[in-house]
Amino acid sequence: MIVAEQKPLSEIKEIIAPYKKILILGCGTCVKTCFAGGEDEVAVLASALRLACKKDGKKIEIEELTIERQCEDEFIRESAPAVSRSEGVLSLACGAGVQALARRFARTPVLPGVNTTFIGVLEKQGVFTEECSGCGNCRLDIFGGICPVTRCAKKLLNGPCGGSQNGKCEINPETDCAWQLIIDRLKALGQMDNLRKYIPPKNWSTSLSGGPRKLVREDHMI
Amino acid sequence: MNMNAQSRLQETLSKGEFAVTAECGPPRGANPEVVRKKGELLKGYVDAVNVTDNQTAIVRMSSIAACSHLLQMGLEPVMQMVTRDRNRIALQSDIMGAYSLGIKNILCLSGDHQSFGSQPDALNVFDIDSMNLIRTVQTMRDQGKDMSGFELNGPPRMFIGAAANPFADPFEYRVIRLAKKIDAGADFIQTQCIYNMDRFKEWMKMARDEGLTEKVHILGGVTPLKSAGMAKFMNNKVAGMDVPEPLIKRMAGVPKEKAVEEGINICLETIAELRDIEGVHGVHIMAIEWEEIVGQIVESAGLTPRP
Repeated sequence: MIVAEQKPLSEIKEIIAPYKKILILGCGTCVKTCFAGGEDEVAVLASALRLACKKDGKKIEIEELTIERQCEDEFIRESAPAVSRSEGVLSLACGAGVQALARRFARTPVLPGVNTTFIGVLEKQGVFTEECSGCGNCRLDIFGGICPVTRCAKKLLNGPCGGSQNGKCEINPETDCAWQLIIDRLKALGQMDNLRKYIPPKNWSTSLSGGPRKLVREDHMI
Repeated sequence: MNMNAQSRLQETLSKGEFAVTAECGPPRGANPEVVRKKGELLKGYVDAVNVTDNQTAIVRMSSIAACSHLLQMGLEPVMQMVTRDRNRIALQSDIMGAYSLGIKNILCLSGDHQSFGSQPDALNVFDIDSMNLIRTVQTMRDQGKDMSGFELNGPPRMFIGAAANPFADPFEYRVIRLAKKIDAGADFIQTQCIYNMDRFKEWMKMARDEGLTEKVHILGGVTPLKSAGMAKFMNNKVAGMDVPEPLIKRMAGVPKEKAVEEGINICLETIAELRDIEGVHGVHIMAIEWEEIVGQIVESAGLTPRP
């Protein structure tokens, strides 16, 4: 899923400062799963903002709504009446959701309420870890299902750097060394030969480095 | 090993002589005198001088420029180059530029992560890794082609170095990684600072068993300790560094004013042991911001005059 984190209340207050009537718009997909921008978070944030504005002596009207997905126009349209009643929309969706709203509503400012952080997994309740960079050229087959492009701080493709100690990464003792994980896994799979292979420079043209990407599925076009 | 490269370091090593290299960190500023002063301290005591490339991710005078200052003084530089700050386009361009200035040795590294440095907000590059960089320099030198396959007008004939850390984990992978670096094109290896001699010897034995010492020149890394505090700091705070407890105790066991002398003694003992290890072809002295001690160490070790 796409993992996001709600911005601090102080920053959100600054972002919405110019507006007296806002809509907090949640998204019921990824950000709901990571507790950043689903229906519950919309409600909690709305109450917190109302309280904070009251304390500051600022008058504000806050409307709440959550739609299924902010990255699909079909769902976005459901929010049109609420958007038209507001001066600005505080979106709790990922950056894609914010931009999809901005594309649909030409005259209403759309503001980000979360920081979109990464594509990750739920490691355990309350803990999310980054696992994929969306590089567009997946080679998890040779790395035992563990991505060094994402999980090694130096994106090393040919083995661990000199800073791998006791299975941990030198930049953070909380972070597993991706290469230790890869080596352990390849050992378990009996694929240690993969470690001796020279991995040539990565082709980054399929990543964001090649410019914004577009995927066209002609078989699905109507 | 390539026979076309013309560096003095390569000459020394191919003659079977025990080589000595040292390290020179460029200044945090544009003052060339700092480099020249360090160069003066090292002149006559080393075969070549490694010039670091924004080490520990702290912005300094570029390695190429500092190498060029040393060249003008008659010293032979080993240009360190990290893949952290430059993409493949800049790396290849700088390799050609460096060679055009007369720089004939390169040490290919990935580089310390920027989070350790003074500007942790920086974007890192890591377009290619150190292994890819080694292969790139080798291809440029031996095939005269850049990464796109374009034929170069004047290939950079670099003597290619790489780093190895026998003290990092996973241990069993360290020799496989060394083999990969040699296959990729490394002519010489400079290791992480050696304090744990048992582990270093074990690693060397594994390297010999794989036949690797026949294919590459290994220079053992040493860093003289100045105090027990420094020994502890290196063991606990520097990633991939292994200073065994008895050595820390030995440093702590002498009076403070004798600590420097004891550190030098340990360093000299290490160098003497290195000279006896089959497959070790030299020593790389990394006296961090303490270049003035290098001459004394080399002299006491009986390794002068150089080159």
